[in-house]
Amino acid sequence: MKSRLRELLFPLIAVVAAFLVGGVIVWMVGDSPLLVYELFFTSAFGSLDGIGYTLFYATPLIFTGLAVAVAFKCGLLNIGAEGQLIAAAFATAWVGLVLPGWPAIVVMLLAMIAAVVVGGVWAGIPGLLKAQFGAHEVITTIMMNFIAAGLVSWLTQYYYRRQGDPILETLPIAEKVNGVVVGPHIPRMSAMLAPLGINFPDRLPLNLAFLFALAACVLVYVFLWKTKWGYELRAVGINPSAAEYGGISIARNIVLAMFISGMLAGMVGINDVLGYRYRYYHNFSANYGFTGIAVALLGRNHPMGVLLAAILFGALIRSGLFIDIFTDNVSKDWVVILQAIIILFVACEGLFRGGAKRLIRGKV
Amino acid sequence: MLKTILNLSLLASMIRYATPLTLASLGGMYSERGGVINIALEGIMLAGAFTAAAVTVKVGNPWIGLVAAAIAGLLVALIHAVASIQFKADQVVVGTAINILFLGVPPLVSGALFESTGSTPQLPRDQTLPDWQIPLIDQVPVLKQLLSGHTPISYLAFALVPISYYVLFRTRFGLRLRAVGENPEAADTAGVSVYRLRYAGVLLSGLLAGIGGAYLSIAQNSLFTRNMTGGRGFIALAALIFGKWHPVGAFLACLLFGLAEAISDQMQGVVPIPVQLIQIIPYVLTMVVLAGFIGKATPPRAIGTPYIKEK
Repeated sequence: MKSRLRELLFPLIAVVAAFLVGGVIVWMVGDSPLLVYELFFTSAFGSLDGIGYTLFYATPLIFTGLAVAVAFKCGLLNIGAEGQLIAAAFATAWVGLVLPGWPAIVVMLLAMIAAVVVGGVWAGIPGLLKAQFGAHEVITTIMMNFIAAGLVSWLTQYYYRRQGDPILETLPIAEKVNGVVVGPHIPRMSAMLAPLGINFPDRLPLNLAFLFALAACVLVYVFLWKTKWGYELRAVGINPSAAEYGGISIARNIVLAMFISGMLAGMVGINDVLGYRYRYYHNFSANYGFTGIAVALLGRNHPMGVLLAAILFGALIRSGLFIDIFTDNVSKDWVVILQAIIILFVACEGLFRGGAKRLIRGKV
Repeated sequence: MLKTILNLSLLASMIRYATPLTLASLGGMYSERGGVINIALEGIMLAGAFTAAAVTVKVGNPWIGLVAAAIAGLLVALIHAVASIQFKADQVVVGTAINILFLGVPPLVSGALFESTGSTPQLPRDQTLPDWQIPLIDQVPVLKQLLSGHTPISYLAFALVPISYYVLFRTRFGLRLRAVGENPEAADTAGVSVYRLRYAGVLLSGLLAGIGGAYLSIAQNSLFTRNMTGGRGFIALAALIFGKWHPVGAFLACLLFGLAEAISDQMQGVVPIPVQLIQIIPYVLTMVVLAGFIGKATPPRAIGTPYIKEK
């Protein structure tokens, strides 16, 4: 119990410290830190709309946070979740575009499979290169990010864009007709809660993918800590040579971990394409892949931690717009800076550990 | 058709595009040869580009802007060094944090300084770095178009290639830096300060990448725009690997990737090959090299692992 408290304590200190530094930045550009903190809490948690949007923005971060965490448990750093989710989101829309006459529910299911498989393959390639040739996964996943962005942008621009559309996006796969979405999609929270007699505002983009994200948290937990496969994967992460000596294949687990990681990142495509926009929109990702690293770090690579961290970062994204509007000089970029500072602080745990030790020693 | 694309001006523009890549790539080399993986080149370049433009706007002198950019690069690298050497944080995570940080800092600061988030005010032509005509080369027809009339930063970048080769392979500092990147324990035993050398490597990378960033905002262009590096820090990293962590190799890779950029720039509307497919060439080539199809790229052995000194 005590160790679990400590697990919670360090991330918490890092977040508080980051908010303090963020406050200093606000003060330096000439605004009131207190106002910014207040805007953060009220806009993200102060209303049903706020909470709805916070959870909506948290959804992709839960997926990418889990993606980074699973790879990390195998000793791998997947910084390519961004490319994996871009490729997957495009694949999701692509299935909808190439199967126009098919029943919506079938297309929806196929599109979801496409998202997961393409995400998995996009991460699996670096996994394979690592297992086969020892190519550093950090470098290969970075390269795969740019390759994904380039290929998808090319396909969208030349083959799947509406003629004359100034925005780089594909044609829609589903459309709203008289308030009802027609075409392959997954339902919004409002549509799901209506039969239960709960009136959830239709304007909120929160959708079924959020429940998928919660389910993914549980599944990842069960996989990693309750199955033999998960045990082997973690064993490779903790001590590869010991694992191999014990008869566990390092290569197989590296590929497996990367594939699962990519599948999770790919599910972001389901949220955005099937649950929200009903098309592939280039630049839809607000750095979800990279923020996923922060989410996993802050969440200590544990599904429960990832969920909480994702909600914090979702809240930050949500509040960015309000902070932008209601302050004189603080733009929504403040939120981005805060994310970076949180990562830095969490990464430099030694900073706080050393400080804590010194404090304790000082008392004694 | 081919003639309109392949001409002297294309090669000259290759050199211009290769300049910031070369600086960042050589910078990255010092860091990585010392055992610290530096994926923060992108963020450092952004910091340099923004600082150069912002300071030049305020002071009116691009040379001061250039120095400021170098200092900014140094300071950002210092964050990297303190976190990853002193506090033994994961080098890749720190790099990622720095990259994210400098997506946010420039627009926020430019909002406060210039009331415009995203970009700095346009600089007049005489407040950007001048083009230098090289006296002797200026007399030779082909060389003139190719090598003369670049900004000082380009010449600095070229000069740094042999200098870096010399420093890395012919000086005591270079030998020690490489030792620290290959086998820090042995270097430590031999009385070399692992921490000090790693600091030096990372700081050098910041200095050079910062200057590389300045090239974008006060030499090639005349203002800073949001995320203006557009992945060049990562291309520089790719060039470093493609060139197998060797200064000459990295430089040649930068020229190649610069050529790709120059072609995609000149081909727009000329040839119906999509720009995106040319832009991904550096990344695809790097994957191919990493897969071992073109020789083998072996990183410094101790790259990515913090050194913990035995007590």
